[in-house]
Amino acid sequence: MNSHCRAWHRACLVALSALITGPVAAADAPLVAAASDLRFALDEVAAQFARETGGSVRIVYGSSGNFRRQIAEGAPFELFMAADEAYVLALAKEGRTVDEGVLYATGRIALVVPEGSALQLDPSLQDLASAAAAGRVQKFAIANPEHAPYGRAAQEALTAAGAWDAIRPRLVRGENVAQAAQFALSASAQGGIIALSLALSPGVLGGARYVTIPENMHRPLRQRMVLTKRAGTIARAFHAYLQQPAARAVFTRYGFALPAE
Amino acid sequence: MDGTALLLSLKLALLTVAILVPAGIIVARLLATHEFAAKPFVEALFALPLVLPPTVLGYYLLVAMGGHSPFGRWYEALTGHALVFTFHGLVLASIIFNLPFAIQPLQRAFEGIPEDLRHAAACCGLTSWQSLWRIELPLAWTGLLSAVVLTFAHTLGEFGVVLMVGGSIPGETKTVAIAIYDRVQGFDMTGAGLMSAVLLLLSVAAIALTYWTSSRHRRRHDHAG
Repeated sequence: MNSHCRAWHRACLVALSALITGPVAAADAPLVAAASDLRFALDEVAAQFARETGGSVRIVYGSSGNFRRQIAEGAPFELFMAADEAYVLALAKEGRTVDEGVLYATGRIALVVPEGSALQLDPSLQDLASAAAAGRVQKFAIANPEHAPYGRAAQEALTAAGAWDAIRPRLVRGENVAQAAQFALSASAQGGIIALSLALSPGVLGGARYVTIPENMHRPLRQRMVLTKRAGTIARAFHAYLQQPAARAVFTRYGFALPAE
Repeated sequence: MDGTALLLSLKLALLTVAILVPAGIIVARLLATHEFAAKPFVEALFALPLVLPPTVLGYYLLVAMGGHSPFGRWYEALTGHALVFTFHGLVLASIIFNLPFAIQPLQRAFEGIPEDLRHAAACCGLTSWQSLWRIELPLAWTGLLSAVVLTFAHTLGEFGVVLMVGGSIPGETKTVAIAIYDRVQGFDMTGAGLMSAVLLLLSVAAIALTYWTSSRHRRRHDHAG
């Protein structure tokens, strides 16, 4: 092997080891696992947090059930903001978190109806029930009730309205509530039940309309957050910031009911 | 446009190629030049990712690499962090789901080399390694190029496996394919469209490159023949 060839091999090895070592992004910003209903509200709070304190967090949005499983499998999240407190409490019981966490908001669900849909904006869902029975609804979107809390609440509300059996064959299920919103507001569905926080997010509704569904039609969406055993100082600061008036004001604006201080 | 995700995808693809293709050369040559009883079984095993739904592969990788498996626990004890939801876990997954894309073009190329040639090389006193390096690889270069390009492009586009074992962590496991999915859910169709266009262009370029070189190769051979 001549020296030119050897130099080339060495360059390849250097490049390869550079590739292998570590991730590309600034890995010091703590990871936050957040339920999809927080997608827009939490982005706003995080931007505010960055402006005021200089600390930044990396937020991953998804369904609470998935995050609960991923954290149990060892995913590197430092803060978990669930849409259903059961997932947080289960992780706490398994010893994955620093404590049992704290309630940060109560979520509401909303019926959304895109422009030109045959459905009426009836919060009691009676029109939906009769429309489903009459075959006026081809596709109706909710989040997957199996692992998305907002899907579970949607199922409870539909059941309370007596519409569940008729609508079930027409359902399209989003992997999480943001995907359900995406489905519901696409022109190919007649509507859907999504998080009120998403319906109130700028740019989401477009020409669609929404109405809040009465809270007595489903079990409350008690949203709990918890620091995991991995939490560092920035994650703890963000966790504290989320309970401050500035953050609470944002959550209120997105339709969340907040726990008393 | 999520630059971090694109960079991560490129890095993953390059690393997969750098590890898998050299290993694939060895394996493909063995399969091309040797006959043994278990060969169909081995070939089938390597081809499995072609037909297996990515979610099935993802499920088994999740089980095998997760914190409850002996391998996952061993890795965590060794390195201090879990293998799932990390870039390293993604590289491992990527190598596995790309096996057929690297091995099959190489094996076909090695099979196309007449046995006499290898025997002649051996008669001339070349070791097996020298024969591979000086005689066979130069002859099998279109297969090698296909293996590199297909592995690279397939890694950029893989979604299901990455979604299941990656966890969509920015800068760590959020590849460009996952970022597109995330942008759609974030009602950012412009961002999703832009990244999709980049992936489309890269894929078209990769496929065009392999077809172009193999057609040139064929034409030259036709002229020679």
